Amino acid sequence: MLLLCGTAQMADLIDILVVGAGPAGGNAALAAARHGKHVVLLDEQVKPGGQIWRAKDSSILSAPQTPEGSAGDALRAQITKAQIDHRGSTRIWQIERQSEGWDVHVLRDGQVERLTTKTLVLATGAHEFVQPIPGWTKPGVFGLAGATALFKQNLSPPGQRTIVSGTGPLVFFVASEIRRLGGTVAAVVTPNTRRDWVSKLPALARRVDLALRGALWIAHIMMNRVPIFWGCSVVSVEGVARVEGAEIQKLDANWAPKGETWSIDADSLCLGHGLIPSIEAPQLSGITISYRSDLGGWVPDIGQDGATSVEGVFLCGDGAGIRGATAAELHGTLAGLSAAEHLGARTAKERATLRPRFNRAARFGLAMTALSTPRPGFAMLTKPDTIVCRCESLTQTRISQEVEVGAASSNAVKSGLRAGMGPCGGKYCQTAIARFIALHENRPEAEIPPSAPRPPLRPVPMSALSANFDYDDLPIPKPAPL
Amino acid sequence: MTARYDIAVIGGGIMGCATALRMAEGGMRATVLDQGDLGQGASGANAGTLSLQIKRVKLMPYALKGHHEWKAMGDAVGFRKTGGYTLAFTERESELLHERQTLKAEAGAPIEFVSNNHIRNAEPNLTQKVISASYCPEDGYANSSLTGQYYRGRLRDQGIPYRERCPVTAITQDGAGFALDTPQGEITASRILMATGAWLKPTAAMLDVDLPVNARINTVSVTERLKPLTSTVIGHATGLLTMKQKTNGTVLIGGGWQGRGTPQEGRGQVTAGSLQPNLALAQFALPALENARIMRSWTGFEANVPDFYPLVGALPGVEDAFVLGCVRGGYTIGPYISKLMGDFILDREPELPLFDPGRNFEED
Repeated sequence: MLLLCGTAQMADLIDILVVGAGPAGGNAALAAARHGKHVVLLDEQVKPGGQIWRAKDSSILSAPQTPEGSAGDALRAQITKAQIDHRGSTRIWQIERQSEGWDVHVLRDGQVERLTTKTLVLATGAHEFVQPIPGWTKPGVFGLAGATALFKQNLSPPGQRTIVSGTGPLVFFVASEIRRLGGTVAAVVTPNTRRDWVSKLPALARRVDLALRGALWIAHIMMNRVPIFWGCSVVSVEGVARVEGAEIQKLDANWAPKGETWSIDADSLCLGHGLIPSIEAPQLSGITISYRSDLGGWVPDIGQDGATSVEGVFLCGDGAGIRGATAAELHGTLAGLSAAEHLGARTAKERATLRPRFNRAARFGLAMTALSTPRPGFAMLTKPDTIVCRCESLTQTRISQEVEVGAASSNAVKSGLRAGMGPCGGKYCQTAIARFIALHENRPEAEIPPSAPRPPLRPVPMSALSANFDYDDLPIPKPAPL
Repeated sequence: MTARYDIAVIGGGIMGCATALRMAEGGMRATVLDQGDLGQGASGANAGTLSLQIKRVKLMPYALKGHHEWKAMGDAVGFRKTGGYTLAFTERESELLHERQTLKAEAGAPIEFVSNNHIRNAEPNLTQKVISASYCPEDGYANSSLTGQYYRGRLRDQGIPYRERCPVTAITQDGAGFALDTPQGEITASRILMATGAWLKPTAAMLDVDLPVNARINTVSVTERLKPLTSTVIGHATGLLTMKQKTNGTVLIGGGWQGRGTPQEGRGQVTAGSLQPNLALAQFALPALENARIMRSWTGFEANVPDFYPLVGALPGVEDAFVLGCVRGGYTIGPYISKLMGDFILDREPELPLFDPGRNFEED
């Protein structure tokens, strides 16, 4: 094809392009660079660190350091020292296979750009799942993971008096951070029971350092007389224009709400029910997916050390299954080494040494994922008039009507109702809808894959895509047959 | 094993479903099988344009009837009759426009040429660079995303069983008709209709028939919701652009720009090299789009044969097997031509001539 346009100048051929500069992607870039490869590291944020090791905003640089902050600073220093070509504020919107590698199309500073690389390492991380409950779209409700971004970047608590409700270790981390930042925690509410946690002791014992840190959060919360409601969930948000409180209820073993409810006053609520791998970029590069509840849901199919069935594409970190940050670092190193090996480096020994450490960290991470992933009864928290799709304001009733008249797949619900066609691209509703279809049709979730991802991976301005267009460059085709 | 059907329709797009409905009206026991969900192939992926200005001259009578079918389906498929303009920006395009639209008007489409003043009044947000334009009041659009939902409802209402996620992997002929292998078990029928669009070639190959079917890989994109910018269907003399703003404010942009991939590999892929000039042309025609963001782009496979006329009739060399597809403008014409196909299978005289799938494709 002729034309086009603007920034599509012939790019240098990159050895290894790493997408995502969190613990996985950052370490993949470092490992590949150690083997002398020309590495480019892309990330949506300004600085490396990902969601978990997010860099502080420049206005709060003097704030006290946290373990996440230190880990992030260490990664950032290493990336600078290794002279890795890091490009922040860069979003990828399309991935295309080419004869000698891959074209990765990105948006940066309002301009589109095409990068060409021999190999790709995708470390696209995860996004949060929130089971929709009545009132969850009110101002003052934050995702648990979303709230941590707020803390790390701006050091501000979500409100004066916050209820923290959710699964796994994150709920305790968020509660202790809110207190550290001067906020009041009205209550910690978690579907997990103390017995659930005890059952994970063998995994916790493998990473005493991490387990101890979690124990300290919990001890800190308890010593400050913040009530912890185990085996419970916030089941609805109270308030007219914004959060004024929340209703809490006990859950049964399957996490279905059961028995009496009670209310707690608060001006804000943090709510989160586990992480979901962000798999759209791997899917666009042609990697197949499978359902793995132990890894957080639908995950790309990967082999050892981040290798995939698509030649030249490697995956690592939470985007390949939720194993947590410590495992992600090691997984990133392994995938970076695999990519270097693919380009001729000898890394087998190094990988063999690292693999047991990764497996150990992964066992710990998977135990946390198991605590974080909702059980089937949790879907009962969503009521008939609860908004499920925020972009299109679709209630559970509207979705169940569609499923009842035969829309038996994520794609069918999306086509019929636009659930997943809004700005979030299905990030918020897709998992809840798939779980609902599975429940309604009495089929396993493994039979209800997400809708096919469609580029651009993030909305892209028309002005960027059509920049420098010259009308005379239009390829005039042979006229269609009359 | 289920009882033998009078006919099994392979392919649950517009054509498969609409033909099944026609045959059921005529008293046949029909079933519809789709490899995925109903209406998710070309029927659900196309840009939804219903424009007589982009139909072939010889197919105009079918397209006019097709417009009536869409109007009758109405809100359930998001039908809007808005009128439509086709624009020319250069002298060469202007010549092309006049030559082609004159022939289409002679074939029965109510197409007229309009002045620049007229178009500026009717569509003030279009570029001032239009040098000539044609208008057709019959043009409009429907929402192709609703195809599956619509036909699923119609089939259920008529008690026609359908199976989704049910690819046919082998077809064998027995004494009384056909046996179809599927992951959901064997299905037997006295007759079969192949309506698998871009997948017709592998479908017919299961009965050792070679249909010369190719697929175009058309790209479609949609913007975020925007304030009202345009109220008609906009096309381009070269055919490289179709554009309309839906009632929800999103602008849908097509024009047959080619992605890549093959039906056998699954979905086609959007390529930046095609997408960018497609969008640039849209923004050239409607400059206010420069402030919009593109939310999604996708491709759909449009099946065709070398002479670009439909396949509607008996599958060559196999008794009681039929084929329907490759209708250029298949979204517009599909609901109507399916009635003709149904009538033919029911042994009724079709209202308009069919297109013999056994013809010599090298002759026009």
